Amino acid sequence: MLAAEHVGWFLEHAFLIPIVPAIAFALILFFGKRMPMKGSEIGIASMVVSLVLAIGTTYQWIHRTETSVEPVIRKVVWWQAGGVQFSFGQHIDGLAVVMLLLVAFISTLVQIYSLEYLRGDRRYTHFFAALTLFSAGMLMMVLAENMVQLILGWEIMGLCSFMLIGHWWEEEANSRAALKAFWTVRVGDIGLMVGTGVIFFGANAYAQAHGSNGFSIAGINEWAMKDTGASHTLLLWGCVALFIACIGKSGQFPLHTWLPDAMAGPTPVSSLLHSSTMVVAGVFLVARLYPLFHTGLDINVAGQHFNLIAVIGGITIVIAAALAFVQTDIKKVLAYSTVSQLGYMMMGLGVGAWTPAVFHIFTHAFFKCCLFLCAGSVAHSGSHHSFEMKQDMGGLWRRMPITAACWILSTAALCGVPFFSGFFSKDEIIDNAHNNGYTVFWIIGLVGAFMTTAYMTRATYLTFFGTARGAAAGEHHDEAHDMAHDPAHDPARVPAMAMAHADPADHDGADAHDAHNSHAGPHESPALITVPLMILAFFAVVAGYLNAAPFHIEKFTEWFASEKREPFPELAHATFKWINTLPSIVLVAAGFAVSLFICRGLYSATAFALKGLTKRSAAMRAGYLFLVNKYYLDDLYENVIARGVAYPISAAAYWVNQNVIDRTVNEVGVGARKTGLWVYRNIDQRVVDGAVNGSGAAAQGAGSALRPIQSGKVNQYGALLFGAAAIGALVLVIVNT
Amino acid sequence: MLINQFLLLGAALFCIGVYGVIARKNAVMVLMSIELILNAVNLNLLAFALRNGSPDGHVFALYVIAIAAAEVGVGLGLVLLIFRNKRTIALDELSEMKG
Amino acid sequence: MLAEALVAQNIAFGIIAAVMIVGAFRVVTSDNVVHAALWLVCVLAGAAAQYLLVYAEFVAITQILVYVGAVMVLFLFGVMLTRARIGSESNLNNKNWALGIPVALALFAAMAIALVGGFKDEYLPGPSKAIRIDTQSISDAIFKPYLLPFWALSFVLLVAVIGAIVLARKD
Repeated sequence: MLAAEHVGWFLEHAFLIPIVPAIAFALILFFGKRMPMKGSEIGIASMVVSLVLAIGTTYQWIHRTETSVEPVIRKVVWWQAGGVQFSFGQHIDGLAVVMLLLVAFISTLVQIYSLEYLRGDRRYTHFFAALTLFSAGMLMMVLAENMVQLILGWEIMGLCSFMLIGHWWEEEANSRAALKAFWTVRVGDIGLMVGTGVIFFGANAYAQAHGSNGFSIAGINEWAMKDTGASHTLLLWGCVALFIACIGKSGQFPLHTWLPDAMAGPTPVSSLLHSSTMVVAGVFLVARLYPLFHTGLDINVAGQHFNLIAVIGGITIVIAAALAFVQTDIKKVLAYSTVSQLGYMMMGLGVGAWTPAVFHIFTHAFFKCCLFLCAGSVAHSGSHHSFEMKQDMGGLWRRMPITAACWILSTAALCGVPFFSGFFSKDEIIDNAHNNGYTVFWIIGLVGAFMTTAYMTRATYLTFFGTARGAAAGEHHDEAHDMAHDPAHDPARVPAMAMAHADPADHDGADAHDAHNSHAGPHESPALITVPLMILAFFAVVAGYLNAAPFHIEKFTEWFASEKREPFPELAHATFKWINTLPSIVLVAAGFAVSLFICRGLYSATAFALKGLTKRSAAMRAGYLFLVNKYYLDDLYENVIARGVAYPISAAAYWVNQNVIDRTVNEVGVGARKTGLWVYRNIDQRVVDGAVNGSGAAAQGAGSALRPIQSGKVNQYGALLFGAAAIGALVLVIVNT
Repeated sequence: MLINQFLLLGAALFCIGVYGVIARKNAVMVLMSIELILNAVNLNLLAFALRNGSPDGHVFALYVIAIAAAEVGVGLGLVLLIFRNKRTIALDELSEMKG
Repeated sequence: MLAEALVAQNIAFGIIAAVMIVGAFRVVTSDNVVHAALWLVCVLAGAAAQYLLVYAEFVAITQILVYVGAVMVLFLFGVMLTRARIGSESNLNNKNWALGIPVALALFAAMAIALVGGFKDEYLPGPSKAIRIDTQSISDAIFKPYLLPFWALSFVLLVAVIGAIVLARKD
């Protein structure tokens, strides 16, 4: 390690942050079952240590930014091959610091929450082991010094997400969801490998001349920014390949289909997955290599109004928000909401709003984590482990006031209600899209804000207001659940109905849990659940004030933005004007009003003109079905693409078989028969027969003479082989001397 | 050191291995003799690597070691299977291939 | 070619070569399978020592690890599982074992004539002239020009592992 300058202990030793939970993972696996709390204490302790280290790192980084914003890069050589050194180390700059803090903080809260939520689960210890390793993977990726280390963290997360989504693998739907998540992300991961390779070969020569190599993140960024005569085509394709990985990991269109299915995992997993880890990894990768993407995809070039990142992000915002309207599962609403918000982040990066996009990662983590944990709290204590809003929820705010309050605060933050944190981050993205000349994406952003408010209002109304239904009204149901399906509301084929029971009620669990199950009716969750909720809700409200443009607070930019540092592209910044935020505020208000009006009509007992619209109007019904079936993308992947490739090949092979090969064989056969007859009469009988009989006799004689050699004994064959070789060698030697 | 020292030692090991392959009846012993042959080859590879000053011989010696490990694994698997079916691994009693 | 005087190395070579030849003879003539396996250990360790003499340290270590460690254990398991008697067996040889002697002698004669005629008294480069092949250059050779065989080899090992399991399992 080169300690050229003194930068403080925590910054020097930030690499410990992922190592602590990684060690804890091994400890839990080996000793967890023998610990008094089944290993959960090791996991939580390790996350607390990580959090303390991360806070120290953040403090020292903020201190450091007063004098220098150079990243703190430390590395040791891990292994080397072919003259390339693969190092292992840390690349600590503002982005890494903010992500480290975020991941450590959210992971700690989620683990505390899981203590209660998974109490008595049959794989309690393994759950905490996987959760800890998962956080370690994300932390490792966040501070990775080079692409190889980044891929390592990325893949650890992929593996752990598979284990966690399939945590209750006894139900087939869950293990299918885990497999789907794993394989869909892997499709994107091919892009990561290819992109890393392409960029390596492009950047290596330049980077090695400047003290690093083509895997080093600092080296790649510097190479991309400096005019090194690098081929623009190479940059472009490297970026496209890397971005495919981001599409897969961050659930962007068209690979977003795995994300809602990933709800099959326990709720804390969904919460962690969807707030600060896993899905943010793709956005993080783009933000991390932003100079590369900026150059490769021509972001912010005058006259360019579209680029790949912004287009994908924009499409994702709208289609995911539309899907969120037809979900009846509360976690799926949140899942599509996450997809949509990730679209905002991608779009922000695509339109050159780097700081607002990263800031949106930061604020989004708090309120989305809080929303998921609220949903889990509702299922845990309010709706008897069901996530179906229409059947088992409603009117819960009286019974669960803390959960409801946290939910509403987080929803307000998500929707971008003024003076909540989402307002400061999301509106900055929208505002900058307008400012940088991306008018189309400005409009998409506004439409997305309207839709976000509308579907979140719907979810809030269905869950916490209106009349209580099903389990929320105190009914106990286990098997009757699917029968109680109201056909009026759900006329369409909903493929994953088994998801309704995504949280099997751990019936083989410990006594504490069974005692809890026997409570009649919904009630507020215990403190282990509500305290993390309240902490998160608090941050959901105030996190935005780190960068509150209306009040000229720009601490986040000052502390964490990389923009001041070379090499980084110069980005324009929108100056805040209240008039610019007016459209989004109006749209949010409109979304709230319209949605509330429709919800009150649709989901209450009073007669309403829109009720049963999907049954009466064919066009509306078609639209509804289109949404319920998720734009038929799953069908496209499974039936059209997978079979579409396989079927024509087999059909073509069959046709060739029948028409080409068979006909040839038949005609050759007929011709041969005719020839054969002639030959038989004229040649065979007269000329050949005699010769054949003679040679047959000769073969017979030779055969019986050689038969003893075929003794069936391996040794004898070996002797013959080597003997022949020896004789041949001797002949050669004698001839040559 | 003469290069022929090593090459002749390799040749001697090789021929002893060949004798073992031909003379031994027990299948495990035949496998051991094959190991002798492979080691003779490795000795030659490494002697030539020193003579030519190139790492190629080392690389192939390593590959030969790996292949030998795979060969022993599969070979002993086969021997076990034969033993289970025939209750013997004496090669002269295994003559189903007799013509 | 002017040879460096390498008395110690030559003596070492002679001793180890003698041990190896004797050991190899015992491997193919011993009446006891376990003794034969132990003599084989002797030969393999001798070979590792010879590798050290030709400056192939990495291969020598690999030889010890893979052969003397892993392969020999496999052999001993093979001997145990096929229930060869631990005591001596008189009938370890084929009926026509004598066939091996002329074949081996003929092969050795051919090789000896070729080698002695071909290399005459060429010397190996001594310690001052030899180009040392260190582990780094071996790894560079494996992962650059010989990467494809390396991949093929790893595939072969995978197949061997699966094949050995399939062959040896009971059902």
